[in-house]
Amino acid sequence: MAVYKLRTPISEEEIRKLRVNDVLYISGTIVTARDQAHRRALELHKQGKPLPINLEGLAVFHCGPLMGKEGEKWVIVSAGPTTSTRMEVFEDEFIEKFKVRVIIGKGGMGTRTTEAMKKYGAVYGAFTGGAGVIAAQAVKNIKGVEWFDLGMPEALWILEVEEFGPLTVAIDSHGNNLFEEVKKRVELNKQNIYQTLGLQL
Amino acid sequence: MVTANLVEEVAVNLLRLAVIELPRDVKEALRKAYNEEESEAGKTQLEAILKNVELAEKTRKPICQDTGTIIFYIKAGAETEGLDKIPQALRNATVRATREVPLRPNAVDPFLQKNSGDNTGRFIPYINWEITSGDTLEITALPKGGGSENVSAVGMLVPGHGVKGLKKFVIDAVMRAGAKPCPPNIIGVGVGGGADIAIKLAKQALLRPLDQPNPNEDIARLEKELYEAANMTGIGPMGLGGKCTVLGVNIEYAHRHPASYPAAVAFQCWAARRATARIHADGRVEYLTHTFGGK
Ligand code: SF4
Repeated sequence: MAVYKLRTPISEEEIRKLRVNDVLYISGTIVTARDQAHRRALELHKQGKPLPINLEGLAVFHCGPLMGKEGEKWVIVSAGPTTSTRMEVFEDEFIEKFKVRVIIGKGGMGTRTTEAMKKYGAVYGAFTGGAGVIAAQAVKNIKGVEWFDLGMPEALWILEVEEFGPLTVAIDSHGNNLFEEVKKRVELNKQNIYQTLGLQL
Repeated sequence: MVTANLVEEVAVNLLRLAVIELPRDVKEALRKAYNEEESEAGKTQLEAILKNVELAEKTRKPICQDTGTIIFYIKAGAETEGLDKIPQALRNATVRATREVPLRPNAVDPFLQKNSGDNTGRFIPYINWEITSGDTLEITALPKGGGSENVSAVGMLVPGHGVKGLKKFVIDAVMRAGAKPCPPNIIGVGVGGGADIAIKLAKQALLRPLDQPNPNEDIARLEKELYEAANMTGIGPMGLGGKCTVLGVNIEYAHRHPASYPAAVAFQCWAARRATARIHADGRVEYLTHTFGGK
């Protein structure tokens, strides 16, 4: 296990050094996006229209943050990750079209995303689910919010972060998927557990 | 006297305490899990969890951004006056806490998909009532996270399979949930009654502190057995692999119909938000799960 501290924009070469189980901290710009933002971004791309921000080399964070307002200024209160599997249907195309290098979320993603990460050079960083305060602490500035019409959790929040992490690299750009490995191991443990519980139904 | 204003005040405090500070038993269980975890990825996650818990307390911010669906459990002494005013007081408290803490607005109309914006709506906050004797009022706030709620399970098991069937149902639910409910979780198991009663009991089981096993020794043994089995799955913290998949298993039961064996599993987040206070007839307030105002 190695610890990496990377600054955005992150190059393909840098990202390919990472392996599953490594720990990653990101500084620079990360952008929150959930289902609806993914859908809208891909639709705009199809129509040949630009996104409000160039995502190349940046990190996308599956997160619906809890924001507050101090006067006119937005402040981040708590911002842990949301379940990433909901974005599985969009993410391969998203990585291909916008060249994001890191996807941050919880719970892991499937084979389509794993394939795209291998092909285009990106990793999935698992951020501790529920750890909304350490995430918010790493946010130094809110650079902007786009698509606020989607609602607070679904909007694109553009965040300037300093050592955002720890992210456990759970899918790397070499086709390894830690969540899938764990799932296989759980499957193997199943019979043993049934036996321990005395289950011969 | 227990006035509506006092109930509202206490409920706001409970919601704030619940989302910012974990109960003592949960904090202890998380520290124990950290010490026992052997996988590197698992340990990294538990370390982040402990750091997050500490920071939330220090900065007085909600532990997790999903501050849940607001649920209350009330134990109302039959002699308490003004019980009919309590639902409105709890609604007011929810609106206030949403603004003041703040909480994330999480009440959505299931047909119009519209978020009410203040965590109230039809039947929400949800109130569970129990009438007790005496004149004290006990209020528990349980802001319940969505990710862990989404893996709840209910099953009508084969009565002939008995407790073995129950064990399989519970352990299968844990394995199926995998990384989704932000493990390590607290598992509530409800057995008997009917489908609705089993689920109700499963959720109610989450209110029991982790250091209090079921008073019935056989059930306490079953809780421990299932706890150990769940921690053999290898799911680990956040599903990244490891020993610590659950922090505890609590079982509650009702008698069942001869033809059915209802069973339910409720998942509580490691961010196990719950807070309880007792209001005495003279207006004195005792906070049972947390230290409040130096008490
Ligand atoms: S499952 Fe629980 S701890 Fe995890 S993000 Fe949801 S509410 Fe927070």
